[in-house]
Amino acid sequence: MEILVSIGVGLLFAGGIFLVLRPRSFSVVLGFTLISYAVNILVFVAGLLDRDTPPLFLPGAARLADPLPQALVLTAIVIGFGMTAYLVALSLRSLGEHGTDTVDSDRDAGE
Amino acid sequence: MTVLLLVALLVLPLLWLPLIALAARHSRRAAGFAAGAAMLSGLAALAALAPQVFAGQVITATLPWFPEWGLDLALRLDGLGLLFVILIDGIGLLVVLYAYYYMPEADRLGRFYMLLLGFAAGMLGIVLAENILLLVLAWEVTSLASFLLIAYKFREREARIPARTALAVTGGGGLALLAGMILLGKMSGSFALSDILVRGDIVRADPLYPVMLVLVLLGVFTKSAQFPFHFWLPGAMAAPTPVSAYLHSATLVKAGVFVLARFYPVLSGTELWFTLVTTTGAFTFVFGAYRALFKNDFKGLLAYSTISHLGLIVMLFGLGTALAPVAAVFHIINHAVFKASLFMVAGIVDHECGTRDMRRVAGMFKVMPITATLGILAAGAMAGVPFLNGFLSKEMFFAAAVAKPLPGLWTWLLPAIATVGGILSVGYSARFVHDVFFNGDAVDLPRIPHEPVRWIRLPVEVLVGLVLLVGLLPQLALGPILRLASGAVLMAPVPPFTLALWHGFNLPLVMSIAALGGGAFYYLRRETLYSFHARLTRLLPGHGLDAVAFERAYAGAATAAQAIVRAIDHQSIRQYLALLFGLAIALATWSWFGAAETGLAGPLPLAAVDAPALFAFAALLIGLGGTLWFHRSGLLALVFLSVIGLVAVLVFVRFAAPDLALTQVAVEVATITLLVLALRYLPRNIAAAAPVDTRRWRDAILAAVGGTGTALLCYAMLTRPFETISGFYTAQALPGGGGTNVVNVILVDFRGFDTLGEIAVLAMAALGVQALLAGLKLTPAATNARPAETQFIMLRMMMQPLLPLALAVAAYIFLRGHNLPGGGFVAGMIAAMALMMQYIAGGAAFAEKHLRIDYIRILGAGLLIAAATGIASLAFGAPFLASAHAGIAVPVIGHVELASAMIFDLGILLTVFAALMLILTELAVLRRHEPVL
Repeated sequence: MEILVSIGVGLLFAGGIFLVLRPRSFSVVLGFTLISYAVNILVFVAGLLDRDTPPLFLPGAARLADPLPQALVLTAIVIGFGMTAYLVALSLRSLGEHGTDTVDSDRDAGE
Repeated sequence: MTVLLLVALLVLPLLWLPLIALAARHSRRAAGFAAGAAMLSGLAALAALAPQVFAGQVITATLPWFPEWGLDLALRLDGLGLLFVILIDGIGLLVVLYAYYYMPEADRLGRFYMLLLGFAAGMLGIVLAENILLLVLAWEVTSLASFLLIAYKFREREARIPARTALAVTGGGGLALLAGMILLGKMSGSFALSDILVRGDIVRADPLYPVMLVLVLLGVFTKSAQFPFHFWLPGAMAAPTPVSAYLHSATLVKAGVFVLARFYPVLSGTELWFTLVTTTGAFTFVFGAYRALFKNDFKGLLAYSTISHLGLIVMLFGLGTALAPVAAVFHIINHAVFKASLFMVAGIVDHECGTRDMRRVAGMFKVMPITATLGILAAGAMAGVPFLNGFLSKEMFFAAAVAKPLPGLWTWLLPAIATVGGILSVGYSARFVHDVFFNGDAVDLPRIPHEPVRWIRLPVEVLVGLVLLVGLLPQLALGPILRLASGAVLMAPVPPFTLALWHGFNLPLVMSIAALGGGAFYYLRRETLYSFHARLTRLLPGHGLDAVAFERAYAGAATAAQAIVRAIDHQSIRQYLALLFGLAIALATWSWFGAAETGLAGPLPLAAVDAPALFAFAALLIGLGGTLWFHRSGLLALVFLSVIGLVAVLVFVRFAAPDLALTQVAVEVATITLLVLALRYLPRNIAAAAPVDTRRWRDAILAAVGGTGTALLCYAMLTRPFETISGFYTAQALPGGGGTNVVNVILVDFRGFDTLGEIAVLAMAALGVQALLAGLKLTPAATNARPAETQFIMLRMMMQPLLPLALAVAAYIFLRGHNLPGGGFVAGMIAAMALMMQYIAGGAAFAEKHLRIDYIRILGAGLLIAAATGIASLAFGAPFLASAHAGIAVPVIGHVELASAMIFDLGILLTVFAALMLILTELAVLRRHEPVL
């Protein structure tokens, strides 16, 4: 299971890096989202995988999952959305100002 | 009271700055009075403190500033500081008066006086600093302020370039000094001067002492214009003459020798000190005096003379005989007095004649006899003529040179250097007097000179009066303060000395006579010397380290830097990102192999893989593959992206994180909605317009390495046990936070401050989106979409009755959040999505009608509620965001544990809700600019 999770995180990261480096802003947004998934899952599994009880302090509950990574990731997910939105707005603004949806100036995008 | 006065000494010039600005708006005269009052108030504060200092006290005041860096606002007033404060404020006062008459009428003087006062404050900071880092800070203030003063006529290139040179040299020296002071502080274990001064033995025994000494001396030599860093000083003559009179007599260049004096007990007494300081001083002394004779510009002559005299003072500090430091302090005072008056006289002559060229200016004695007399007396002091103050300190200098024992024939070297320097000094002084005031009649002057107004002469008269007073009655005039200041330099009883005109017929007297006689002869034979010098300059073209050479090097460095930047920076964000990833990978690799344990797998056993996990993994592969494959085709990529999002949800569900799963689902919906909205405006013909992407392989390799690294890291982490602080949170959630949902309790209670910051970031992002999209007009790409009103009939039918239900769910999720999965974040998003679905279903007309809600206001209200909860706890004497909770019985629902943190959670809910709505509706509003739907 650990191996599977690790490979999954690695794949998401690799895909994210690749897309973030593409010339068009939409791809960058996609890549950014992928990296967010990867990082969120990576931080989340820092709580380790072997505890099956949600971190609810209910009667009879034992071996609670680690609540701290969950709390960190919860806000990270929400802020990730904020950043994605900002990135989208930025690329739309750039499109409106320059008429192009590439990340870099035209000179460089063609490389 | 004493402490207050001490602080006032430093702060007063700064406090006067706004008043000067106001006064300058009123009139020139008011500005002058304000600036003068600033200097006078400093002198008054000093007068109140002086009795204690003369009684032998060292007054200190310490205010912690950055104690962890060793930087305190610590001040100290002892004999040496007292002397310098008198020089800074006293000569400053005279310069203020002088400048009022010297500067052109059109200049309102506000900027001038403010810069002057700012500079004076920096100087006062140097001489009053008890903390040596504060000293360096003040040192930098003087570098900056002097830069602005030298470039006072900033519209002229001739003023800007020398100012830049001065800043580069003295600023660079300041960096060296900073390094030196940090080393010194580490060696002595304290940054407080009082501690350092008594730990000289420890410092000198330290193996790093030579490094530290060289760094400190670099600072000193650059500031005090010692060879080979002297070249900035003649250039600085581009400043208005009052500035030169201030900077190059009593203040800026004296800052360097002040540091020599200040740290004399700690740094001096070693072979290295003697070699470096004496050699540099001696060479500069002779070199400056030699160069001074050949300057045709009399202000330039004075500039080189200043370099020479500074060399003399530095050399005295290097000698290390008992009386040498006393002589140095004495000469600091004398030089400040006669050089300030000489610069002022030079300024008057310049002002009256319109030129400073001694080949044209002549015969001024006939034109302005009073000014000329003053100038001649001051120049006499510069040459070391008896009955004037310069004679006395120069004779002490000769005595010190004789008193220094050196082996063998070297015994004669120092007295010889001193005598030669003396001869040269007399020579250039003679030229100044002869060429300016006598030597026939002036030729070809731009103006007709005459005696200047009465008041501009007053400062000169005061100074020359001091020259005479000290020259005639030295013991009476300066004896006590010299003893006091020397005592502060030596940190030991001052050896007996007498300030008298006549010490009997001894070797120093012979040297004085030789210097005067030799100087006269030297000046008479000047024609021979001029031709010799002309031949010498032809032999040595470029003069090595000259201002021109420096400027050339400076420009070269700037050009090279620009070329390098152009070569490596293609102004490409993609390149920056690639570099960033590359660097991150390199750092991670380095720290991995640098770690003690480099093995991959840890001791923890692996969990078994089950069928759902494999299914999820397969879904991930499909989602990722699809996203990558279709990343240029917009909508299709989004479909696959949402698959990945759902896999993330499954991961959260599988590994016991219901809160995260809920949040992820909600965010997933919001993200996809957002991207679909945005997609409408991006060009459709992506594939056609896409440029050939040659970096694909490089990026693929980067991605593969980065992904593999992350996977390995993840695996290494998952197979190792480690202790976290989570146990505390789990144990304290119910008793401390009053909630059973530990995640929620962490968010709204234990780490509430973090959460407050996080929702603030979200709010900022939303406002940023709003600002970015405001006024943006975009044409959507061609689409075959029909108007929304006719598009989603079924959806609209369903959505309207669903709205209350969805909002009820949001409220339920919110209320139970403290104990069961849910809370403000999730509830806020559910509410936002519920409303958003209405907009989507209702179409443009519906949105038009309902978009009037001011989400920014709700956003602000949410943040305010969250922050106010925190502040409320302050009112109860608890720390920021501390929570209280109590159980109450509510009919129907039963026992409810209410915590004040829930109000905080309400703030979160409102903020998240408003942020989402603001972002999405802004994009929806954009749609309204579409031509026809």
